[in-house]
Amino acid sequence: MRIIVSIFLLVVIVLGITLALIAIPFDGSIGQVGGHYIENGIKETGATNIVTSVVLEYRGFDTLGEVTILFIAAIGLGAVLATGTKNKNGSKNITPASLIVYTGCRFLFPLIILFGFYVFVHGHLSPGGGFQGGAVIASAFVLIYMARRGRKLSMVPAKVMESLGGLVFVLVGLIGLAIGGQFLYNFLPLGVPNTLLSAGIIPIIYIAIGFKVGSELTGVIDNLIEES
Amino acid sequence: MIIFIVSLLVILMLVAAVSAIVLKDLLGAVIASCMVSLIAAILFYMLQAPDVAMAEAAIGAALSTAVFVIAIIRTKRHEE
Repeated sequence: MRIIVSIFLLVVIVLGITLALIAIPFDGSIGQVGGHYIENGIKETGATNIVTSVVLEYRGFDTLGEVTILFIAAIGLGAVLATGTKNKNGSKNITPASLIVYTGCRFLFPLIILFGFYVFVHGHLSPGGGFQGGAVIASAFVLIYMARRGRKLSMVPAKVMESLGGLVFVLVGLIGLAIGGQFLYNFLPLGVPNTLLSAGIIPIIYIAIGFKVGSELTGVIDNLIEES
Repeated sequence: MIIFIVSLLVILMLVAAVSAIVLKDLLGAVIASCMVSLIAAILFYMLQAPDVAMAEAAIGAALSTAVFVIAIIRTKRHEE
């Protein structure tokens, strides 16, 4: 009986997805809104990466909501996992990582951190941005936890960076509100496209988001490791 | 040529997805789901969406795998 019901459900879901996807044109034609972004994006925002110009300029307020969701998720995880009793002395004997893992992680850590910083500093020029760069930085810290099991990183700088990142985002938006009359108004000069100091406030906000996401995801991993 | 590579990747992805469900060894299942994310990242890159590919590789393949592995450390490795 269960098998028949599950097969029936599967058929219904497959039919639904197929019918929904069949209506989407895949022939490469671009709609009005997309065409506007592609044609005027570089001129209006100064960002060469059109995805960035949409994420932080045309849809900047949505990005603030996205950052807030991540923040609330990290806070919630910390609250759920905070049991109050922290066994400092580590009752379980932790087997140390082997020499190969330790050396490899120490070698890769600075390179991955550098790549993460590159991704979010150049978010308005090349693919990537604050979210991707922050995730790359957090994955570098996963390597550190793998190499030195039982080692505790101090989470105070991460918390400070996380708060500062959110604060900078909202403050830049509010300054734009005061000067230009709309939240996240691009009040800095746009500069020459394809240079590092272009696109006005976009690099500032993406660097803030990069620090915020990186420290947040590192905090999530740290919370989980501490419990195990 | 490109269609051959893409079909190979899609078939690999399907195999990895099915083995993530079927495997009784949970660590193997987590690695298989990591492989699904990695191939999805390659396919996103081939579809000219490098931003999404980067996010998928960093979050899907690295961070979520780490979270699952930590969960397995806390519990048991084999499904009963």
